[in-house]
Amino acid sequence: MRLMRQLLVMAALLPGLAFAQAPIKVGIANDLSGPFAALGAEARDGFNLAIKQLGGKLGGKPAEFLQTDMGGNPDQARQLVNRYIQRDKIDFFTGPIGSNVALAVGPVLFAAKIPYLSNNPGPSQFAGAQCNDYWFGVSYQNDAFHEAAGKVAADRGYKKMVIMAPDYPAGKDALNGFKRGFKNAVGQEIYTKLGQIDYAAELAQLRDAKPDAVYIFLPGGMGINFIKQFVSAGLNQSIKLVGPGFSADEDVIRAVGEPMLGMFNTAQWAHDLDNQQNKKFVEAFRKEYKNRTPSVYAAQAYDVIMAIDAAVKATDGKVSDRAAVLVALKKADFASVRGPFKYGANNFPIQPYYVRVIEKAPDGQITNKLVGKVFESYQDVYVGECKK
Amino acid sequence: MSTTLIAEQLLNGLQFGLMLFLIAAGLTLVFGILDILNVAHGSLYMAGAYVAAQTMQVTDSFLAAVIVAAVVTGAVGLVLELVLIRRLVVRDHLAQVLGTFAIILIANDVVKMIWGPAPMMMSMPPALSGPVQLLPELLYPAYRLLIIAVGLAAALGLYLFVTRTRAGVLVRAGASNRQMATLMGVRVPLLFLGVFVLGAMLAALAGALLGPVTAIQTGMGEQILILVLVCIVIGGIGSIRGAFVGALLVGFVDTAGRAFLPALLKLFFSPAVASSVGPTLAALSIYILMAVVLVFRPSGLFPARG
Amino acid sequence: MQEATNSSVWRSMAPTLLGLLLLLVFPLVAPALNLEFYVSFVRRLLIFALAATSLNFILGYGGMVALGHAAFFGAGAYVAAILSVQGISQALVAWPAAIAVAGALAFVIGIISLRTRGVYFIMITLAFAQMVFYLFISLRQYGGEDGISLSSPAQFPGLNLADDKTFYYVVLVIVVTCIWWLNRLIQARFGQALQGIRENEARMEALGYPVFRIKLLAFVIAGAMAGLAGALLAQHNQFVSPSLMHWTASANLIIMVIVGGIGLRYGGLVGAAVMLWLEEVLRLYTDYWHLPLGVLLLAIVLFAPRGLAGIWDSVSSRRRANTVKQERV
Repeated sequence: MRLMRQLLVMAALLPGLAFAQAPIKVGIANDLSGPFAALGAEARDGFNLAIKQLGGKLGGKPAEFLQTDMGGNPDQARQLVNRYIQRDKIDFFTGPIGSNVALAVGPVLFAAKIPYLSNNPGPSQFAGAQCNDYWFGVSYQNDAFHEAAGKVAADRGYKKMVIMAPDYPAGKDALNGFKRGFKNAVGQEIYTKLGQIDYAAELAQLRDAKPDAVYIFLPGGMGINFIKQFVSAGLNQSIKLVGPGFSADEDVIRAVGEPMLGMFNTAQWAHDLDNQQNKKFVEAFRKEYKNRTPSVYAAQAYDVIMAIDAAVKATDGKVSDRAAVLVALKKADFASVRGPFKYGANNFPIQPYYVRVIEKAPDGQITNKLVGKVFESYQDVYVGECKK
Repeated sequence: MSTTLIAEQLLNGLQFGLMLFLIAAGLTLVFGILDILNVAHGSLYMAGAYVAAQTMQVTDSFLAAVIVAAVVTGAVGLVLELVLIRRLVVRDHLAQVLGTFAIILIANDVVKMIWGPAPMMMSMPPALSGPVQLLPELLYPAYRLLIIAVGLAAALGLYLFVTRTRAGVLVRAGASNRQMATLMGVRVPLLFLGVFVLGAMLAALAGALLGPVTAIQTGMGEQILILVLVCIVIGGIGSIRGAFVGALLVGFVDTAGRAFLPALLKLFFSPAVASSVGPTLAALSIYILMAVVLVFRPSGLFPARG
Repeated sequence: MQEATNSSVWRSMAPTLLGLLLLLVFPLVAPALNLEFYVSFVRRLLIFALAATSLNFILGYGGMVALGHAAFFGAGAYVAAILSVQGISQALVAWPAAIAVAGALAFVIGIISLRTRGVYFIMITLAFAQMVFYLFISLRQYGGEDGISLSSPAQFPGLNLADDKTFYYVVLVIVVTCIWWLNRLIQARFGQALQGIRENEARMEALGYPVFRIKLLAFVIAGAMAGLAGALLAQHNQFVSPSLMHWTASANLIIMVIVGGIGLRYGGLVGAAVMLWLEEVLRLYTDYWHLPLGVLLLAIVLFAPRGLAGIWDSVSSRRRANTVKQERV
């Protein structure tokens, strides 16, 4: 009799067990060694803060976040993504910092119908000819920061400009973007070597050209080197320095310090942006990470996790229904730290861009201060090429 | 192009060359005397920069930063020599390159574990943070003048050490004929230890000196190591004079390439071609230089050993 | 006595045959064990094993320490990718083209570099690899630093290379054939001459061997084979980027050869297997995975200079010596 009752209980429970949900899996390819290690660490901190705040769940349902380092190497990233897709069977993907990795792993993810939400790169290929429903450029389109900077330079009345970038396609794209925003003719274009350490020759050319301002796209260590040497040469007295947000964010400030005071830069976010979600984010970040101010990389990463969370909530955890997930992701019904958020037709955001200046805050810390809005709702120039 | 600009670029070439020489000197000294190609020299340079930056952040004194960096890195070099280098000295060059490459891998992660992945800040000493008026039209950064001064001093110092002092003579004796030197009472292992520590301290000096003008991050050693290797190969491995000449050559060619090549190309080709081909050629220029030198002098310009 | 010889031949070939059998059977059993991902993992491993084996040929047998081998690897990959983007995706056209271009590049680099010796040779091969690297980074039309995606999977008459398993077997056949062919070459007169040159170049010159030509030919063969591996990797990843030619990629290849066993028959294969597997596993447990790799490399350099295959060799030869001793008793 007891056995019968036990069997009945088990039979009653069985349907529940059968529908016990597999956790929703998010594959994160971190950039923790290699050229973008510092930025990848910022992004990882942003991810972890969001994951912690959500209690490790997405949309209230159990979730698993797989994090592995792929060192900024496209070949290894490819292998990692293969593992995520074939062995771990992820439902969402994010993580890489560099455009080259995004371009390498994107097609595989799209073919496997896995939404890739970008926490940083916004290659023009994915905005235009190779746009895809499974791509979500949550962060920005690569050219945007440069176009905004160009407009800032024009608005501030800089007539004679010298612009510099490393000699590779992203560098050339950056300067083209700047020229589009600047609209007038640029004085001189200087291309440096990728990974160059000493900029004395370029600084001499700069001094000889006597421009009103210089615009630099020198990501990572290159920017740090240049800015230190620029100030040491005394050029910051007579030439204004303008850059995109990535050359002037909190991580670079922490490495360079005082020499950066007065540098104008453009970004789609600032840590003192005045909205509820951002204030909560910055405060939580400072509390979690020993009073460190978040950089744009951390903010973008945080937004990605929140966006996934909102989409999962909207589909009630049924992430295997990819079509519904895509609709939910596109709707972007999440509270971004940038304020109201919406996508353009090519899944890149239509959003405002701001100009910030590096100043000494009242508490003595050197940081970015939001000083104005450059574009109210900027959409990238490649959307026309996207025929979905 | 004004004469001031040309003068400034020449000065830049000299400065870059001496910057490279500071790092090359230690590397070629160790190779010349111990016959070991220590690619972890870049890691010692990185260690010097990190320790200097850390000291500067704590004490705010540039001099203290340089001294502490040299001492600490010298100690690291001491341990490295006792534990590893003396075992690699008797092996072939490939084993030496790989063994010291392993040190690079380990060092990068250790540095990341201690200081984290973000670049370290090292501010410039205020006294040297501005430009100096050299000529009526020429303002040159004071800090770069310091680098030039230290580089020349190091070159002179090493030359005097190797040719005039008793220790230097012993070092050369130990290098040219180890057995004879040992039989004559020279404690060769101790000598080699001393030379290696000296090399490490030179690397640390370079790291501390370049800290305020470069990015202090993991992997900084390897970036500059490639350039330094090119310098000493052109100059002739093992020769301080060769390292000096090689570094200056590389400094001038690289600077001239970046400064004048695009403008030069614009005279013959369209601006579009000049701006796309120019930087590429400039980036390749030092490797082309090295290949050319090696074709005519397969052992470099001033080979230390025949 | 006859029986003993036969059985010892079988015993020495047993590991090889066993390994081959495992590789053949693996994709068939993988789905059952939920190891499908590892089919592409092992395939990538085989491709790198090919590249490492080609390096072992000139490094271990020829004594030429080439620190720029990744240039040929990358060149082959780029040839396959560029042809694909131009619309030519026939494997039977693209892969031989990759071999030819990589071989030609090796010829040019070899003719200049092989005049130098020792450390200078190491440096000049490195310099050439850097030149190729910077060249590809600045080439806008071929993606530059971003790299390029292949337009479509390569086409092979009668086989669907887009299928994971099919391509796995194609790669397996190619890699096994190449390794077998190289081993035959090593035992032939050419290989023996090459090893003689490694031992004592002056003596070989005195004996009348065309030393420079032999070294150049070996260099070209190794470069061409690395180019083939590159083309296979392009197909595997459907993507190429200049990072394939970075000097760290060359260093990784040398490390594979050393860890595996320099100058030993399966040094490249063992080395690639160990290094790639370690990288994969270590990454699962820590972000600081360079450190254990560095320690392993150091241990091999100091304590096992003949690499892991060398340890296996000395263990098995000691066992054979013991057996002989026992038989004699």
